[in-house]
Amino acid sequence: MTELTKKRPEFRNINALSDLPTYRLPAAGWVSILHRVSGALMFLLMPFIIWMFDTSLSSEFSYERFTSAFGAGIGFVPGWFIKLVALALIWAYLHHFIAGVRHLYMDMTHSVTKEFGKSSATVTLVLSIALTVVLGAKLFGLY
Amino acid sequence: MSVNYGSKRVVSGAHYGLRDWLAQRVTAALMALFTITLLVQVIFTSGPLGYETWAGIFAAQWMKVLTFVVIVALLYHVWVGMRDIWMDYVKPVGVRLALHVFTLVWLVGCAGWAFSVLWRL
Repeated sequence: MTELTKKRPEFRNINALSDLPTYRLPAAGWVSILHRVSGALMFLLMPFIIWMFDTSLSSEFSYERFTSAFGAGIGFVPGWFIKLVALALIWAYLHHFIAGVRHLYMDMTHSVTKEFGKSSATVTLVLSIALTVVLGAKLFGLY
Repeated sequence: MSVNYGSKRVVSGAHYGLRDWLAQRVTAALMALFTITLLVQVIFTSGPLGYETWAGIFAAQWMKVLTFVVIVALLYHVWVGMRDIWMDYVKPVGVRLALHVFTLVWLVGCAGWAFSVLWRL
């Protein structure tokens, strides 16, 4: 039997819990999976987004309710939790936006080299996290 | 084996996902444009951003029209994206169908809510 025809290990039915955490992704892989995660997160939080759209726009009275939700909280939900959810949305939007622009740019200019894939993915990750930190600090009143 | 890709592909009646692929990109560009438009208006307001200024941005007729179009674009964009996710990870047909229905109901409900907010303005 030659080296090639020898039975090689087959990997099927990748287990999400025991196999996936052992995978090491390149930067572009992280951008790709986080694009999905951020998209799914915004999909699930869409009622919250529209609630913010509604209360912040409908009237001056509801605008008050909107701003106080981030301070005193609303109902049984404390303000810091609302802020945390908003921060998650800020990150999701920034990542999805920047990774999306990267997609569009690559589609339009056919920039599909390995080098560009890596460098643009790194820029996407750094930029989205840095902007999230800056806006998060503002949201939690650090400056 | 005969070649069934590129210019040699046998094209029957069905579309091959190009329409959704393209729609996702067109709607993405539209939403990016909306984001920048809104950001510019927020950044260039003088003084603190209160209710009057915030609601004033959306009360302009062109902004209402743009926001309306963006909500429709968002609806289609998210539908394509969520459908991709379900198709990749959920194999049982019944469960996938249920998730597709849930996604549609969720999205149409959210869009209806957003439209009603916009209309009242």
